[in-house]
Amino acid sequence: MLARLRTPRTGGLLALALVVALLPLGLVNNYLYDVAVLVGLNAIVCIGLNLLIGYAGQISLGHAGFFALGGYGSAILAARYGWPPLAALPAAVAGVALLAWLIGRPILRLRGHYLAMATLGMGVIISIVLTTEDRFTGGPDGMSVPPLALFGHALGGERGWYWLVSVLLVGCVWFALNLIESPRGRALRALHGSEIAAEMIGIDSARHKVAAFVLSAVLAAAAGGLTAHYSGFITPGQGSFLRSIELVTMVVFGGMASVFGAVVGAAVLTTLPQLLTVLKDYEMVVFGAVMMFTMIFMPRGIVPSVAALFRRKAAP
Amino acid sequence: MGIKHRFTAVGRSFCLAAAGLALSFAAHAQPPIKIGAFLSVTGPAAFLGDPEQKTLELYVDKINAAGGVLGRKLELVSYDSAGSSEKARTFVKRLIDEDKVDAIVGGSTTGETMAVIPLIEQAQIPFISLAGAVDIVEPVKKWVFKTPATDRMACEKIFADMRTRDISRVGLISGSGGFDKSMRAQCMKVAPRYGIAIVADETYGDKDTDMTAQLTKMRQNTQIQAVLNCGFGQAPAIVTKNFRQIGMTVPLYQSHGVASKVYIQLAGAAANGVRLPAAALLVADELPASDPQKKVVEDYKQAFESHYKQDVATFGGHAYDGLMLITLAMKNAGSTDKAKVRDALEHIHGFMGIDGEFNFSPTDHMGLSLAAFRMLEIKNGDWTLVK
Amino acid sequence: MSAQLLQFLFAGLTAGAIYALVALGFSIIYNASQVINFAQGEFVMIGGMATVSFLHLGLPLPLAALAAVAATTLVGLALAKLAIEPARNASVVTLIIITIGASILLRGLATLVWDKNLHPLPAFSGDKPIALDGATLLPQSLWVLGVSLAILGALWWFFNRTLYGKAMLATSHNRLAAQLVGISVRHVLLASFGLSAALGALAGILVAPITFTSWDVGVMLGLKGFAAAILGGLGSGPGAVLGGLMLGLAEALAAGYVSSAYKDAIAFVIILAVLMLMPSGLLGRRAAERV
Repeated sequence: MLARLRTPRTGGLLALALVVALLPLGLVNNYLYDVAVLVGLNAIVCIGLNLLIGYAGQISLGHAGFFALGGYGSAILAARYGWPPLAALPAAVAGVALLAWLIGRPILRLRGHYLAMATLGMGVIISIVLTTEDRFTGGPDGMSVPPLALFGHALGGERGWYWLVSVLLVGCVWFALNLIESPRGRALRALHGSEIAAEMIGIDSARHKVAAFVLSAVLAAAAGGLTAHYSGFITPGQGSFLRSIELVTMVVFGGMASVFGAVVGAAVLTTLPQLLTVLKDYEMVVFGAVMMFTMIFMPRGIVPSVAALFRRKAAP
Repeated sequence: MGIKHRFTAVGRSFCLAAAGLALSFAAHAQPPIKIGAFLSVTGPAAFLGDPEQKTLELYVDKINAAGGVLGRKLELVSYDSAGSSEKARTFVKRLIDEDKVDAIVGGSTTGETMAVIPLIEQAQIPFISLAGAVDIVEPVKKWVFKTPATDRMACEKIFADMRTRDISRVGLISGSGGFDKSMRAQCMKVAPRYGIAIVADETYGDKDTDMTAQLTKMRQNTQIQAVLNCGFGQAPAIVTKNFRQIGMTVPLYQSHGVASKVYIQLAGAAANGVRLPAAALLVADELPASDPQKKVVEDYKQAFESHYKQDVATFGGHAYDGLMLITLAMKNAGSTDKAKVRDALEHIHGFMGIDGEFNFSPTDHMGLSLAAFRMLEIKNGDWTLVK
Repeated sequence: MSAQLLQFLFAGLTAGAIYALVALGFSIIYNASQVINFAQGEFVMIGGMATVSFLHLGLPLPLAALAAVAATTLVGLALAKLAIEPARNASVVTLIIITIGASILLRGLATLVWDKNLHPLPAFSGDKPIALDGATLLPQSLWVLGVSLAILGALWWFFNRTLYGKAMLATSHNRLAAQLVGISVRHVLLASFGLSAALGALAGILVAPITFTSWDVGVMLGLKGFAAAILGGLGSGPGAVLGGLMLGLAEALAAGYVSSAYKDAIAFVIILAVLMLMPSGLLGRRAAERV
């Protein structure tokens, strides 16, 4: 039983569920709940991005584009066409999935930095379209979004959203952990090791890479749609290049090839700016320094480095 | 113990008790009045947020040095939203729920202001925005006020001036930012009222470094009698330089978004001859002594420039007006109760601020008239009043 | 040639030359260490801002520029020594995140050392536009194009005719072999960062009279320089130049003939199209993957 608790799937999941259940004891006002909800939504995106970067070994510098498309898709369907948000959100996510599948096939033929550039370009193009087509999107200042309504009751409060996002987050973590151990997941990890070797043993690398790309896009779009309905507002800045970089940083920071790393990375990098506001003018300098030092001394990210530390202490 | 002794003993304890009571009353009056602010101090709108932040800090100190408001000190709690609506929302929640401020002054950009309005209305806290678009106060929202003159008023002022120069066909060039798009939309709406036809409509990206392509297209268009650039930040300065570079000679009008010395520094000699609507602050010296704004504007200019050793910008004036209006409302209401302060704000009449004379009412949460804008022309690298 | 087209070409070439210089910086560092230095744009920023400071201190423009290039080179060397070297065994992605952190740090320092305003630099030889066939060209644009060509020439001579340059080229071809013949790969890394910093600073100083400089001018330029480097083929010097010029021209022509709102999007679509057809960029080396 104790041995089962040590595995990521049961032990880690249990720990996460515990943290999520007990956290409200420390969240004393709406602002803190708000930060927690934002952490959760970022974590969902990062879990998907981590599957792509950490396990499938690809890279995407344009994932904020999918996030924003999910948000805008849901917002436009709900606000301009009167769809109920519960229908608009899945429709938007489905649309993004289709787009990711269409783009993924040609783009994923590229490797390394060229792939990075292609995804970067994709993200920038999406961002520009969202800013310019203001008849639909409200332009650079964005548009308001109706709240999510469950059975007639609008889900508006920070507390209600906290529970919704927490449940979704735990679900995503469970799903990701299972995926990694599944045959599909092992195929992905083989790809990361060496694409040619994987193909030699019969893994269709193109199909698996696209699948990982689409899955991560779906998670990003879902998180984007949820964020739009939660905030009641969305701006093109959600799809910007800087936001894409922010997401990749969270994944690497927390630890690539570690689902919990993605969650930790999202948590740290979402709350850090809030904590650093006391530094006023020095906020940027300290933030940059923290990023650099953490990566220099924990090059594999926080969670793997800490886990390695524990393993070293445990081993004789 | 003799009777005298007992009296003095009682007297002493009475005095001590009275002193203790008085001290505890004084201690009750101690908690500072918290003014919350969220400004774009960094990011694409640092142009706006930096002078706003500096102005708020300077005047909070000055007010405190003069005794505070209602016998209490002011405390400024401000955050840098860096032009991001998402950050603005989180910071406003922080100001309301965690810092528990009494009123909010802020929102350097329209985007950020519009994004936080639902939070303001829900929390029922008085809010004075420092952003320009007319949508902020039209339709009127109960708790939202603003200090800068609207972009629609800027268009009206510009078109009125154009009519005096017999201009009726205008080319617009604007950027991709929210301010630019909002002002462009307003200008297109009000142009017919002044008999102005918009015969060209070019755009550029806010971070672009070369607009000769767009301006060349406009130069080919012989219909254009004047060019209006709705923009702010670095782009209008580049537009101005490119304008002269390719040899365009028709009048060039800028918006109030460039009402800062930095624009003249960047555009250099190309800025001479450019006209723009702006608050009287920039031509404080030129105002006649009889001008009702002269004193307010000169005092602010002197205080800001001597403290920070940098030129004033009208954006700082918006923050000054916001702070003064809130503290005036608190004084008029005699308390910091949010509903009372809001009501007091709505009844402010004849307050002479840097943006102009404010007359609020339940249907007007902006308070300025067209007279608040002066028409300026740049001559020899400095602002002059167009008579 | 129509005056309009000529005007667009001038605008495109000027911007393209700046992108080329930044792209060269990316390529040089990539060649020495496989790292993409996302702080490259900040070198451009420091070059421009430092020149403004030195001018205020009273130095004449050429000396101020020289001092600024020297200062930026020091920053580049410091970055290599303090941030890249300690992490040299980390994965490429980690190194990229380190450079991203460095870019944030440098931007933060810039707001402290200088301010958040825009600053102009005086044009090297005046502002009077030169009329050519109906189009006008700023003298500063000629400086940009001229100095860029000179730098390219100097770099070609350095990499092909000097021992040190050849050592750096050797390291980019095969690191192990270079070490085996006695080349200090660590020194090459430092030199590559220093050289790229100097290039970035020069680009910043050349372009500031036209586009002004400020604490965050490096973000966009870094992004475009990276795009240009990839377009031309990462690691190829001539590729970086070609990519930069192509990117600049694509933007200017798209703004002039198609839509100024979408010009950046169009430029990126072109880059994506090129990458689809030539997955290693225009002049990039076809990567051989060994199992």
